[in-house]
Amino acid sequence: MKKYTDSGSKDTRSGFGAGLEELGKTNENVVALCADLTGSLKMNAFADQNPDRFYQVGIAEANMMGIAAGLTIGGKIPFTGTFANFSTGRVYDQIRQSIAYSGKNVKICASHAGLTLGEDGATHQILEDIGLMKMLPHMVVINPCDYNQTKAATIAIAEYDGPVYLRFGRPKVANFTPADAKFEIGKGDVLTEGTDVTIIATGHLVWEALQAAEALEAAGVSAEVINMATIKPLDEKAILASVAKTGCVVTAEEHNRFGGLGESVAQTLVTNHPVPQEFVAVNDSFGESGTPAQLMEKYGLNAEAIVAAAQKVIARK
Amino acid sequence: MSQENLQAVVSQVRRDIVRMVHAVNSGHPGGSLGCVEYLVSLYFKHMNHNAADFKMDGVGEDVFFLSNGHISPVMYSVLARAGYFEVSELATFRKLNTRLQGHPTTHEGLEGIRIASGSLGQGLSVALGAAAAKKLNGDDSIVFTLHGDGELQEGQIWEAAMYASAKKVDNLIAAVDVNEKQIDGSTDDVLAMGSLRAKFEAFGWDVIDVAQGNDLDAIDTAITEAKGKLGNGKPVCLLLRTEMGNGVDFMMGTHKWHGVAPNDEQLASALAQNEETLGDY
Repeated sequence: MKKYTDSGSKDTRSGFGAGLEELGKTNENVVALCADLTGSLKMNAFADQNPDRFYQVGIAEANMMGIAAGLTIGGKIPFTGTFANFSTGRVYDQIRQSIAYSGKNVKICASHAGLTLGEDGATHQILEDIGLMKMLPHMVVINPCDYNQTKAATIAIAEYDGPVYLRFGRPKVANFTPADAKFEIGKGDVLTEGTDVTIIATGHLVWEALQAAEALEAAGVSAEVINMATIKPLDEKAILASVAKTGCVVTAEEHNRFGGLGESVAQTLVTNHPVPQEFVAVNDSFGESGTPAQLMEKYGLNAEAIVAAAQKVIARK
Repeated sequence: MSQENLQAVVSQVRRDIVRMVHAVNSGHPGGSLGCVEYLVSLYFKHMNHNAADFKMDGVGEDVFFLSNGHISPVMYSVLARAGYFEVSELATFRKLNTRLQGHPTTHEGLEGIRIASGSLGQGLSVALGAAAAKKLNGDDSIVFTLHGDGELQEGQIWEAAMYASAKKVDNLIAAVDVNEKQIDGSTDDVLAMGSLRAKFEAFGWDVIDVAQGNDLDAIDTAITEAKGKLGNGKPVCLLLRTEMGNGVDFMMGTHKWHGVAPNDEQLASALAQNEETLGDY
């Protein structure tokens, strides 16, 4: 089985910041907006280097989404930055009407998604954002797995004409994808090939899935891990090709089991190739305060949980 | 265009509005009729725009955003009469497969519409973005908006109002249709907003109060004055004191025609009060 190594843990939000900084140098139409979280979103470099193309809107996210929609009308490519909770739930109607329904080329960039925001607790730990965003017609939803992929995805979405939700997080996590890989929207990456179970993971859970695959290998189980960074449009071809070999699936995500990646995968399976599936996800719950590692353990979102789910789903075949 | 010719357009637009709403027994005639003069004045006199060759980015043109999207009948009629699309298309208003949706949308590719509106309170923010893009593009044209007064109860309006002055958005003229009415009654009864002039001034705007918001000459003077105030570091607000249902006597002075269509008899009465000047669609 192919092994991956952490080249040095970094936060995915810094990948976003680095990608945005590069866009500032390479694409004059890229503009950025932030609702009083410039440092948290790692947007300082872009703001410092492109003061005319950076809009500090204050703590007014609804207004930010509207301004972003308006900027597209003059041919700009706006990237909005705030926490995932304030990027989605707080401004759902603004996104729905002024961006999605209006077909505006806005990139909604959301940090501190999920439980790994940590100690701030449930008010800030949105676990419903993937569902909210994927339900909007034509909205692209991306949740990259590490620093390198987040940087690549940030650069890639500027080239795509249409609304995009880019989700990333706060903590430092393993950085294991190649630094020079180009991000392709809508493409799942098979990280390890296997024959007994398919593990489809997104975001921070991809590294956990790789750890789980190693543990499973030691137990004599061959796991195929797919990094599904794009949740919508979903790479159905990659999913179906994998389950044709393995015959069962575990999905893993830092999100509520309702509305997330697992639900999208299940829809693909039941309409094309029904096989057993287990869900590693938050079970219809809010989060709470704690360290990221404590929370991921308590809510069952780590490598151990994926191993257990894999054994369970294999038994159901 | 002369004021006399503008008045002829106004009469035809009023006919379009009541006929469109009557035909599908739905839509919003009251607010539409109250804003006819302002939109006619903008599109037929004050805005620099290219109806024959609509471009979404509006670079080099003045652009207008209708924030209170429910008054789509007046928007559609004015756009059609200004040449954005065929007036015959007005007959499709609110019907299945139409581009003239109940509330305006870009989704159907309708020329002249740059943003969807209907859910209230969002248009001012969009206008701020369009105004910012114009500055980045070195484009000195103007961004216009129209809002309902009831719409000002939405919090996002005040986020945008605060931003506009703090960031010196001075290529923007936002108009408010102050008819003092909303669905459930008078604005004072539903949620009194106090002095709109004082509120906008406190938010750092230049405010022009237009006491005769349905008078073409008064509107002409006000828009000219507003244009003169641009470029001075402050956004400009026009408070248009209008009559809901203006030009159709039985629709005036009440909130009850906010979202109600006239019956056959009422349509005949409304049309009798407004001359067919440019040919019905």
